[in-house]
Amino acid sequence: MLWLLFFLVTAIHAELCQPGAENAFKVRLSIRTALGDKAYAWDTNEEYLFKAMVAFSMRKVPNREATEISHVLLCNVTQRVSFWFVVTDPSKNHTLPAVEVQSAIRMNKNRINNAFFLNDQTLEFLKIPSTLAPPMDPSVPIWIIIFGVIFCIIIVAIALLILSGIWQRRRKNKEPSEVDDAEDKCENMITIENGIPSDPLDMKGGHINDAFMTEDERLTPL
Amino acid sequence: MEKARPLWANSLQFVFACISYAVGLGNVWRFPYLCQMYGGGSFLVPYIIMLIVEGMPLLYLELAVGQRMRQGSIGAWRTISPYLSGVGVASVVVSFFLSMYYNVINAWAFWYLFHSFQDPLPWSVCPLNGNHTGYDEECEKASSTQYFWYRKTLNISPSLQENGGVQWEPALCLLLAWLVVYLCILRGTESTGKVVYFTASLPYCVLIIYLIRGLTLHGATNGLMYMFTPKGSSALSLLAFQIEQLANPKAWINAATQIFFSLGLGFGSLIAFASYNEPSNNCQKHAIIVSLINSFTSIFASIVTFSIYGFKATFNYENCLKKVSLLLTNTFDLEDGFLTASNLEQVKGYLASAYPSKYSEMFPQIKNCSLESELDTAVQGTGLAFIVYTEAIKNMEVSQLWSVLYFFMLLMLGIGSMLGNTAAILTPLTDSKIISSHLPKEAISGLVCLVNCAIGMVFTMEAGNYWFDIFNDYAATLSLLLIVLVETIAVCYVYGLRRFESDLKAMTGRAVSWYWKVMWAGVSPLLIVSLFVFYLSDYILTGTLKYQAWDASQGQLVTKDYPAYALAVIGLLVASSTMCIPLAALGTFVQRRLKRGDADPVA
Repeated sequence: MLWLLFFLVTAIHAELCQPGAENAFKVRLSIRTALGDKAYAWDTNEEYLFKAMVAFSMRKVPNREATEISHVLLCNVTQRVSFWFVVTDPSKNHTLPAVEVQSAIRMNKNRINNAFFLNDQTLEFLKIPSTLAPPMDPSVPIWIIIFGVIFCIIIVAIALLILSGIWQRRRKNKEPSEVDDAEDKCENMITIENGIPSDPLDMKGGHINDAFMTEDERLTPL
Repeated sequence: MEKARPLWANSLQFVFACISYAVGLGNVWRFPYLCQMYGGGSFLVPYIIMLIVEGMPLLYLELAVGQRMRQGSIGAWRTISPYLSGVGVASVVVSFFLSMYYNVINAWAFWYLFHSFQDPLPWSVCPLNGNHTGYDEECEKASSTQYFWYRKTLNISPSLQENGGVQWEPALCLLLAWLVVYLCILRGTESTGKVVYFTASLPYCVLIIYLIRGLTLHGATNGLMYMFTPKGSSALSLLAFQIEQLANPKAWINAATQIFFSLGLGFGSLIAFASYNEPSNNCQKHAIIVSLINSFTSIFASIVTFSIYGFKATFNYENCLKKVSLLLTNTFDLEDGFLTASNLEQVKGYLASAYPSKYSEMFPQIKNCSLESELDTAVQGTGLAFIVYTEAIKNMEVSQLWSVLYFFMLLMLGIGSMLGNTAAILTPLTDSKIISSHLPKEAISGLVCLVNCAIGMVFTMEAGNYWFDIFNDYAATLSLLLIVLVETIAVCYVYGLRRFESDLKAMTGRAVSWYWKVMWAGVSPLLIVSLFVFYLSDYILTGTLKYQAWDASQGQLVTKDYPAYALAVIGLLVASSTMCIPLAALGTFVQRRLKRGDADPVA
């Protein structure tokens, strides 16, 4: 009699948890991709932890606080590591609707990931899309801040240059007596007539022939 | 009383200004593309020959003209012959068109530079879609770098006809770019002379840093080998291929074109820069130095570019292999980590035989990963700079640093070239007595920058990139060839080669070697005429002109025809600069006739 009951229970369990069964989900773990050398082996203890995490997620759903670890059934564990699971109700005859399981897992995905040192890419629940973390959006985009800083620097520099140019010009205009001296300094008055540079103002009174190049110009600096 | 002409503080400033102007974005994004198209190493042969035969003589000619006439392009050509002042006007018009659209590139460089201070880089991840369950659709179909360029930066419309409005973000960056240019040219040679120390030297620092980083990247050697070897050949056929490329006329034409446009001849910038020289400056030596440095930079930049290509291609190839492994692992529930790059083919074969039905089901999803096809993406222009490079940068460690360095270098190159362009426009304006007596130099520069900025807002519209391509392809190409041709003929035959030679000898104290005379009088004009004929015939034979439009639904570029008004704009661009030459000649002729008519009332 007891054997028959045991047989019946396992048969029912086998029916409830099958690849592609109603309300069943496939899970895929990529432990070696995520952890490399520190990868742990997937054994029955890890499976127990997984059942516990699923039961924990279900207990957070209203009306499902009585979910136990034994209500979570795993099957078809492969080398990948991948397997299917279902969550049954306390009577162990029916499986809980997929929508409930889906929303419960989604809300606690972060806790489940952390329990196994994995992330959304390496612990996949097929058919349960994960909510992707939105990128951090500061209130003021960073580029505008940098733009504003550089913009202000450039405007200040332009203003300084223009103002200093105006001051220089005003100083030049206020000192007409200096103008004559300036001509004797390095500024050469050159106009082009027929392509030949010549000095129209004969300031030197005929003592110096400006048609000849001065010593400085003949020796090219470079 | 005339004010003295401002001079460069020393001849090093002049050389740096010329280098900063000539070494521009074309060295970085056009030359590597040409190298790849025409067989890598073998492209260097026509390139160097064209440099010696075409580049150096024409550069020397322009510098000598500017230094001799000591005026901007309009005044200089008017002095050579009053009928040819149209050449100067045409140069100014072409420079004006160029500065209108060129600064938009600087605006984009600023945009990317400001966005490089984020973690993660905004072009390395796709944004999420509406309900946060996946990534944005357009971004999935294209790649995150393409999405950032086409959607976030340009916000491009599907075709030229759909104009859209002015985008405020690129418009702000364009404003900033023009303010920076204004700051540099504000005081004329005084400010420009100091700025060019940085714009000429900093790009080389960044290129050297990138060379060291690039060569140490994983997979860089793949790219470098690809530059020199043709697709899928052995070492024996390599030599045959290289020799075959030498006989390809397109390689020679492209080498000549590249040298011509890379040196920036015909815009009037070189004449403007040289006009601020001391008359005794040794411009022959400087011409040789500048052209050699320009070509060396192109080759140097293409080594960097190819090592980056190699890294990107290897990274993508390995990613592709990983994706295929994951697909197989998931479908057949193999042990995680079992499939590696080395046993992939073996396992595929085994699976195909062991589970034929399942394998054939998922077979369409398996992509054939090939390193060759990843390397084969030959890209030039803005696509290379803003899509391919950013894709490579996002995979490097400390990508923010590399991104900042790279866009800073692009900015230096771009601003250096802009200084030359604006000098070409401003020097004739400040030389003209009418304008410079009413307005100070700062106001003239400010007005030019303002007008250019206002018109440049067109390129910040949604369809702006298409207009940018129109300007980039047609505003300067044909006109420049004609301008330089007329320049060479004017100096050699109208002004007189002997007269020019004696002028140079009197000015610098050195004789002009026979080599230059032969090039100026014979070889270079012939080369330019052949280039001109080739381009004209190419345009005529192609029929309707087409452009590449971005299709957001497919996530890739599609080819479309230009509408009629765009073709009209293209025609206007070319005509407005080339027609200046005959119109000005006609105008001078009529003016002289009227004067002669006034002088002789009897006749």
